[in-house]
Amino acid sequence: MKDSMDELSNGAVSHLDLETPEKPYLDANELIINMGPQHPATHGVLRVILKLDGEKVLGTECVIGYLHRGVEKIAENRTYTMFNPYVDRMDYVAAVSNGLGYCEAVEKLLNVEAPPRAQYIRVVLTELNRIASHQLWLGTHALDIGAMTPLFYTFRDREEILKIFERYCGARLTTHAFRIGGCQYETYAGFEKDVKNFLAFFPPKIDEYEALLTSNRIWLERTKNVGVISGKDCIALGVTGPVLRASGVKWDLRKAQPYAAYSKFDFEIPVGENGDTYDRYMVRMIEMRQSLRIIEQAVNGIPEGPIMGKVPKVIKPPVGEIYHSIEAPKGELGYFIVSDGSTQPYRVRVRPPSFVNLQALDIMVRGMLVADVVAVIGTLDIVLGEVDR
Amino acid sequence: MNSVVNTGAAPVATPFFFYFLAGAAIVSGLLVITRRNAVHSALSLIVTLLSVAGLYLMLYAPFVAGVQIIVYAGGIMVLFLFVIMLVNIERSAKDRQFNRIWPVGLAAACALLSLFVSAFVKGRNLFPDRLVALQESSNTQQIAAMLYGEAGRMGPYTFAFEIASLLLLVAILGAVIMTKKKI
Amino acid sequence: MLNAFMSYLGSTVPPGNADNQLWALIYVLIIFAGVSLAVVAMNWIERKALAHFQIRLGPMRVGPHGLLQPIADALKLMLKEDIIPAQADAVVFWVAPLIGLLAAFTVYTVIPFGPSQAVSDMNIGILFMLGVSSLGVLGIITAGWASNSHYPLIGALRSSAQMVSYEVAMGLAIVSALLMTSLNRTGTGTLSMIGIVEAQQQQGVWFIFKFFPLGLIAFVIFAIAMIAETNRAPFDLPEAESELTAGFHTEYSGLRWSLFMLGEYAAMIAVSSIAVTLWLGGWMRPFPNLLTGSAWDFIFSLFPGLTFAGLAAIAFIGTARMPAQAYFRIQRIGLAVFAALLGLIALLLLAIAVAGRTNDASIAGRFREGIDYVYWFVLKVAVFMYLFIWYRATWPRYRFDQLMRVGWKVMLPISLGVLILTAIVGVLIS
Repeated sequence: MKDSMDELSNGAVSHLDLETPEKPYLDANELIINMGPQHPATHGVLRVILKLDGEKVLGTECVIGYLHRGVEKIAENRTYTMFNPYVDRMDYVAAVSNGLGYCEAVEKLLNVEAPPRAQYIRVVLTELNRIASHQLWLGTHALDIGAMTPLFYTFRDREEILKIFERYCGARLTTHAFRIGGCQYETYAGFEKDVKNFLAFFPPKIDEYEALLTSNRIWLERTKNVGVISGKDCIALGVTGPVLRASGVKWDLRKAQPYAAYSKFDFEIPVGENGDTYDRYMVRMIEMRQSLRIIEQAVNGIPEGPIMGKVPKVIKPPVGEIYHSIEAPKGELGYFIVSDGSTQPYRVRVRPPSFVNLQALDIMVRGMLVADVVAVIGTLDIVLGEVDR
Repeated sequence: MNSVVNTGAAPVATPFFFYFLAGAAIVSGLLVITRRNAVHSALSLIVTLLSVAGLYLMLYAPFVAGVQIIVYAGGIMVLFLFVIMLVNIERSAKDRQFNRIWPVGLAAACALLSLFVSAFVKGRNLFPDRLVALQESSNTQQIAAMLYGEAGRMGPYTFAFEIASLLLLVAILGAVIMTKKKI
Repeated sequence: MLNAFMSYLGSTVPPGNADNQLWALIYVLIIFAGVSLAVVAMNWIERKALAHFQIRLGPMRVGPHGLLQPIADALKLMLKEDIIPAQADAVVFWVAPLIGLLAAFTVYTVIPFGPSQAVSDMNIGILFMLGVSSLGVLGIITAGWASNSHYPLIGALRSSAQMVSYEVAMGLAIVSALLMTSLNRTGTGTLSMIGIVEAQQQQGVWFIFKFFPLGLIAFVIFAIAMIAETNRAPFDLPEAESELTAGFHTEYSGLRWSLFMLGEYAAMIAVSSIAVTLWLGGWMRPFPNLLTGSAWDFIFSLFPGLTFAGLAAIAFIGTARMPAQAYFRIQRIGLAVFAALLGLIALLLLAIAVAGRTNDASIAGRFREGIDYVYWFVLKVAVFMYLFIWYRATWPRYRFDQLMRVGWKVMLPISLGVLILTAIVGVLIS
């Protein structure tokens, strides 16, 4: 038993040996079980093949692709503008962030910049979206660990954000809020009031979530020292976002490579210490509060001016390639676009945070129990639409 | 208005219940040794144990019946099933059910049977029909007096009972130590 | 026949002990129907209460405020296709839900709803109850094994380990309460459920307050262990939805599945009844030894009627607050009828309370007494049932090893310590 624990702790990612040669008389040693694709805790259609010793996880293998829609391939047959709504369908929980990343990448390729007013509106909406995404994460994560009630509280409060989106651009989930070069819509009358109302409304709600969970004994036992990953491992695997920051690495693209108007705002990057599930929980909770700070500064400082930059009617970027990444709620969301000078991209490659973060699942759950797999899937905050694209 | 107040429950349809329980015990006992599937055997064994518990109840020994249910049907059989579930049933079902020493087993069973028969035939005067007037309502208290003694005096079986519990304690400690070494 | 029928009313012992088979049978039927009805009601209350905890409305469509939802659910479950997986062990698969259900219902034969309101007063009552309720785990194990599927198997292994471990702490907590029953002149305790309540009456204190805080600690341990024993949140690992889909009953559907649910809820009521009997004075009203006299008796006997009157008032308010559209007319009438029904029951109970206030030996007096006993017993059990819902809405789920750790390393030593301390204090006092 000791040897196998040592073997587990070196964190080697290896393929599972799924073939059991001869069924032994007492087959209590290994159990291969399929978690998913239809399973309440895999957040969609993720299939995790678990190799178990009793309840202990000896190894995992993720089987993905059940939600593959070929988004990247579709891009090659659409003009730059036409492709814009498709990115919303990747991480449908944070559609605004997806749109921001794509628009900024194309803007960079075109060498134009969105006007300041558009930049500020983008920041407000993106940060609202970050809160919405974290709310959904919190609700489902708590549900996975067995606390049903926070899910309904978060959905109640997420509704307020979705209402703002709906009033702004008519859509609640797949918003398609931004256009290449700025924003298509001017803010509606009362936009600022709605956002400020939300700013006043939401902090007590975060306190409410925290009252249910943060110092709950069972919550602490279920999350402390569960799914621990070191900062080094995170960097080696390319893990980003709250997962990376909870492991003690202070890396947030909003500070490290400021885009949009983020360099103008004052906010802090929460960092964890242990890299366990509880730290990731706390990091995201603080991030929600920090997002509120950013929104407050942005909505108070929205400058006057146009909302669209000088963008040609037909978007035809020069030959070249560009990689642009933003800090999506789940981590670094990057777009690599190759242009052959035509109206359609030659190749679009998305670097989705969920997909990359999911790689960490195996080393996070090895040697843990089945219940921890569920907690870790929840804490990684994956969206299968983005993993499979 | 006849409200007869008995100290214990008066038996109802005694012969029916006796033959029903005895028959159930025997049939399920046979199923235990004939079923190929170990889980079926274990479930039959539970039926046997429960039937015997019922017979104890009919003998005005509710405490023994209760302990039979808790310890055997509820405790030991759960562990049995626990272990059986981990065994590869399909393979064990294909195994030969009777191994080479079955003649010895048969001889032992026959010897036991003849012992029972001889005790039944010859031992009538050894075991009188009823030792004492059995009181269902104080059965538990009587057992307590036997095992633990009453009014400050040791009961007839106190020493044996304590020795047996010490033996079990040693066994538990032994089991813990044996498993601890491996880990 | 009539004689046999009336004979029980004058008796002061349960029909099982009074050699009154007719009434024993009637009690069995009443309890079976009553528990089934309680499970149905619990189903509705749980869904509604849970919904209100979670800022939802819960069932609203079938009947006014979803009152008929449990009936609709039951119908649906009965009409559903009954699937037995091809690779399952059909016989065991078929028997498993029955084992759990039988175990849960058999327990009720010894639960005393009043000094004579029980099927039987067994000499080994609490032992019988523990034994039979421990058989319930067999249903879960066999269900998990017979499904021939991995999730149910893991669920079954979890639940058997869990139930066996928590039974130990539970048993020790019960023993410490049983020790308290022996603190009388003869020094002889009792295992009889009725005897336990009567011991509390004689000693003039609920065992939860006896040797404060020893009784309270034993009670808390039992209250925790009983949640684990019935596989409810936060100890609902065997059926942990997010991990094992549905645990041991993943492969079950339709009627068989509903039998599991029926068994689970019946077991919840049963363990709550044990807790009420052992620590909360069973059928006794509050302060039966302090607030004595026929005046107090009369005041407390008004409670059942007033409770129903309160429920009727709530239902009437609900009727009045229903939207005035024609669409809601039928629901409105239905709720009004329901409210009127509750009101009638309230009036009946109040009438019995008034009629039986003077003479306890008359039929009305006997009825009043019986209603009183059952009312206080059911009220105490209902508090536990509400707690079960509250726990489920509030807490996350324990992990398997943590559950085991809590069971063996926390609950067991504490319950052992409480047992020993209770024994020492009992010897010192007597």
